[in-house]
Amino acid sequence: MSPEAFISALYVFSLAAFLGYQVISRVPPLLHTPLMSATNAISAISLVGSLVTAGGDYNLTSTILGFTAVIAASINVVGGFMITDRMLKMFRKKEQIQH
Amino acid sequence: MAYFSEFTYLVASILFIFGLKALSHPDTARRGMNLAAFGMLLAIVGTLVRHEILRYDWIIAGLVIGSAIGAAMSVWMPMTAMPERTALSHAFGALAASLVGISEYYRHGAELGAFKMTAIGFEVMFGGITVTGSIMAFAKLAELVRGSPITYKGQNILNVSLFVLTAVIFATLVFLPGTGFLFYTMVGLSFLFGIFLVLPIGAADMPVVMSLMNSYAGLASAATGFAISNNVLIIAGTLDGFSGFILSILMCKAMNRSINNVLFGAFGSQVTATATQTDGVMREVSTEDVAVQMAYARQVVFVPGYGMATAQAQHVVRELGELLEARGVTVKYAIHPVAGRMPGHMNVLLAEANVPYSSLYELEQINPEFPTTDVAIVIGANDVVNPDARDNPHSPIAGMPILEVDRARSVVVLKRGRGKGFSGLENPLFFKPNTGMLYGDAKSSLASLTHAVQQA
Repeated sequence: MSPEAFISALYVFSLAAFLGYQVISRVPPLLHTPLMSATNAISAISLVGSLVTAGGDYNLTSTILGFTAVIAASINVVGGFMITDRMLKMFRKKEQIQH
Repeated sequence: MAYFSEFTYLVASILFIFGLKALSHPDTARRGMNLAAFGMLLAIVGTLVRHEILRYDWIIAGLVIGSAIGAAMSVWMPMTAMPERTALSHAFGALAASLVGISEYYRHGAELGAFKMTAIGFEVMFGGITVTGSIMAFAKLAELVRGSPITYKGQNILNVSLFVLTAVIFATLVFLPGTGFLFYTMVGLSFLFGIFLVLPIGAADMPVVMSLMNSYAGLASAATGFAISNNVLIIAGTLDGFSGFILSILMCKAMNRSINNVLFGAFGSQVTATATQTDGVMREVSTEDVAVQMAYARQVVFVPGYGMATAQAQHVVRELGELLEARGVTVKYAIHPVAGRMPGHMNVLLAEANVPYSSLYELEQINPEFPTTDVAIVIGANDVVNPDARDNPHSPIAGMPILEVDRARSVVVLKRGRGKGFSGLENPLFFKPNTGMLYGDAKSSLASLTHAVQQA
């Protein structure tokens, strides 16, 4: 990695950090559990790196490491988004609740 | 095709940010999350067509297995097990990041430049700490390991030396990336450090641990982005890292403690002599008395804590609440930010039981209302209602914001037994003349209360 590439990655990191702070500090305590499970699902974007490692056909060790990483990350992607939705579905206003 | 991949990453990044922004209100949250999930799908498709990917068998197998496990977990996991599930998913996320990092190192080793080595170093370090730290947190939450803080002599010295040793190895590696032995030692030490980091933390500090692990898992993903020069990983990882970081700070504020204090203080193990002397008696009350008080009250406030979660009493609480409302009583729920074992734990449980979120009140909103509240029902909460935090400057929890239930006209505490709470602190609330104790499992106590209110 060239120093230039590293610096530009730092730019992306800093901007994402700033934006993340702005966006996330507005999430009310009511939704902190869904926030945690949602950010966890989103950070499972590391699946992208895992896919390349698993499918790159570099060597057996890398493939096995990548394969395991794909399993772990996709548990988070699928499980994370599904359970966040399951939780969010439960948050209802008074008039929306019928018995 | 390379442009197509990059384009999907860009769109995914934007959708993730929109998704998180939508979480600022329950009405928009679901749609936002659907957008984010769509972004994720795009990014996956964009990756699958990349030229580096030569074979798909392992990928497909991994995706199928992982998705099946993930889907099964999200369908069958009971809401009361949410802290455990979240701890596990932090471990999985970090595991993926660490493995990718190890594979990168395995393939390139000595050819890695200082910058890339730094990125991979952070990746496996944060990853390793999070994997074992989260598994430890999971074990504590699932009660496979004693949930209270586990401390021993020389614990801080051990932790600090482990940390320093790992940092020194890391620094050496940046200059000598070819030393494979050092790299794998660092990986091992990170795993070890995760265990020792979480071992002494527990009980009421769990929300902080969860937030920290959330943050580290994100930072591991962000470091992966640095290592493989991928912006969407940096963005998504940083968003997760920061969300965990912000939550950690909020949780610490809600307990009036510093993060250092949580990490190295092992709160709760120390039995303290500075607690208020409690020479009064705990007054036990009968279900019928409480039921009559509630039935003829103007306002009743429920204060749920971890005890409600363990007894799975959220549904009975809602039933009782509705019964009271039908009698014209105003019913509110007071939620302390660190009640339970993860941020927002109580909100999710009450939402599951169909309590409308408009009935849930935060600390600042509800505290001024206690003096005009007729009955406050504390369900398995202890420290978050301990008046010592406000009145006794020598108390270990002095200054911690509390729900001031002691200002209510009458307080009823639902508690399993006479023992002290997780923090081991005496709670003077229990000895106040206007406080009554109702011993027993919260669920059955509430059920008999409901029955008694129907009779009243």
